[in-house]
Amino acid sequence: MSSHSKNDPSGAESTPRDVVRIGSGQGFWGDDLEAPVRQVEGGPLDYLMMDYLAEVTMSIMQKQRSRRPEAGFARDFPPLMERIFPTCLEKGVRVVTNAGGVNPLGCGEAVVEAGRSAGLAGQARVGVVTGDDLMERLDDLLAQGHELRHMETDEPLSAVRDRVESANAYIGAVPIVEALRQGAHVVLTGRSTDTALTYGPLMHEFGWSRGDHDRLAQGVVAGHINECGAQASGGNALVDWWTMPNMESVGFPIVEARADGSFVVTKHPDTGGRVSRPVVTEQLLYEMGDPSEYITPDVVADFTGISLEEVGTNRVRVSGARGRAATDFLKVSIAYADGYKAVGTLVYAWPDAAAKARSAARILRARLDRLGLAFDEVRIELVGWDATHGHLAGPPPPDIPEVQLRVAVRAREAAPVERFTREIAPLVLTGPPSVTGFAGGRPRVQEIMAYWPALIRKEAVEPNLDVRILEV
Amino acid sequence: MTTPDSAHPTPASDGDTTRIQLVDLAHARSGDKGDTANVGVIAYDPADYPLLRELLTAERVKAHFGPMVKGRVERFELPNLGALNFLLHGALGGGGTVSLMTDAQGKVFSTALLRMEVEVPAEVARRARGRGRMPAGESW
Repeated sequence: MSSHSKNDPSGAESTPRDVVRIGSGQGFWGDDLEAPVRQVEGGPLDYLMMDYLAEVTMSIMQKQRSRRPEAGFARDFPPLMERIFPTCLEKGVRVVTNAGGVNPLGCGEAVVEAGRSAGLAGQARVGVVTGDDLMERLDDLLAQGHELRHMETDEPLSAVRDRVESANAYIGAVPIVEALRQGAHVVLTGRSTDTALTYGPLMHEFGWSRGDHDRLAQGVVAGHINECGAQASGGNALVDWWTMPNMESVGFPIVEARADGSFVVTKHPDTGGRVSRPVVTEQLLYEMGDPSEYITPDVVADFTGISLEEVGTNRVRVSGARGRAATDFLKVSIAYADGYKAVGTLVYAWPDAAAKARSAARILRARLDRLGLAFDEVRIELVGWDATHGHLAGPPPPDIPEVQLRVAVRAREAAPVERFTREIAPLVLTGPPSVTGFAGGRPRVQEIMAYWPALIRKEAVEPNLDVRILEV
Repeated sequence: MTTPDSAHPTPASDGDTTRIQLVDLAHARSGDKGDTANVGVIAYDPADYPLLRELLTAERVKAHFGPMVKGRVERFELPNLGALNFLLHGALGGGGTVSLMTDAQGKVFSTALLRMEVEVPAEVARRARGRGRMPAGESW
């Protein structure tokens, strides 16, 4: 299918492809480590996209980097590249990922090392996109009048400035396209949008620009389908879940796109899971806001006109998304320290399991009150009864075999949370009976990183975006 | 599809309509954006979309969740997909890492919504009954 010369990923001397295949390899940092291997080995593929970043991931990476300057990226990624790099080069699969986190250059250097370890010295290029990280520039930006107001509360960032741990603009596909144009076999970014990892390669392959609104909107839909890995191919799908075949080797989604923007979602043959109209519909609705206004840095997509059609086994054709011009703003993902929390659990057994757990919770609360500990919130859940569906679960069945008491606390200061972690174990000998499940020891005090979404004018960020090519 | 049992109670008839649980009419997926949960509800049979649209008003969904949703409920329509999308504001205890909830990312607000009881035409109920639940005797 591919008419590209295998050693020249820029494709300068080849004719455009009719169909471009972009496979999803990771839906988050911590996803199935074997999935990218299955994607590059299991059938034809042109691009492998991998999304590693969630809202809180950047702050975790920032913390790691503050302890070790060479850290701050998805550290699973370089060893993964060492495994798949030779196959990628041989088959002409280019990798596009936001694994760079808050240290894309550090990640790029680690990938160069991985390529050399795989015996590819002198044979590959790694493109690194920088400029999304606003942390160093934050005070300058505030001084220039960028208030970075919270998108929901409208508070200016100055309210929490001294507690900010990371600040990154969600950037679009333009630098990804530039890295691909310069022949990168691997494109590494920081906080690029999840969808840009898919529609960036399509812009490169088909020569789309920011003005191609409808085609770009289709690319955004393709990106939305790819960005959560197997959620588009049967994973976490509610529809007929008990019939989902062979999930132990689930095939991650692959988008087969054409220059007009239409595409088919599929997966490699002989893999598990299912690509069907209802499964793809579930993923289209995942984390959806206003479906007529899906805002990205490059286009505003309207999902309401989308049509899905099953055109074969595990093949769903997607068409009908419309686009309009992007806004003048980029979203900024800011994380700031916002106190501490801890979660303690105990298990109570039949008979009267729920009543015992509630009694234990009441005793614990009274002790915490007597100690004078100030919490911003105390939350009590009975796992096995009301932890997920709350009052909708109705009263606990009288013969419920067991419940887990789960008590969570949150406070501005660490001290009360620390003291809370010492109040769980005593309940075993000083509270209701039939209690067990304390083998894990004291709960851990966790620092809370809160999320502060804001907008910034594009001209404050986009001129700073840069692409650097590293030679393996 | 299944024999009547406690998981699939015999619907109580009321003239031409029958009370069923939404879980048999639609499937759903939910996720988070900050302190807001979204629930996408998808008709199993696209022909039931107009019924779904009539039954699941934003007010009805807000009332169903009661104290679980502190803010307003917004509804968006996706007729081409036979689906509705709901935004439940103030549903996630602050959201992200601030939240103390087991379901801090709103992953199972989907099935919490599908618990809703709805009145549907009797023939819809006959067709739908048991659709959203694993059939008895199925292995897993």
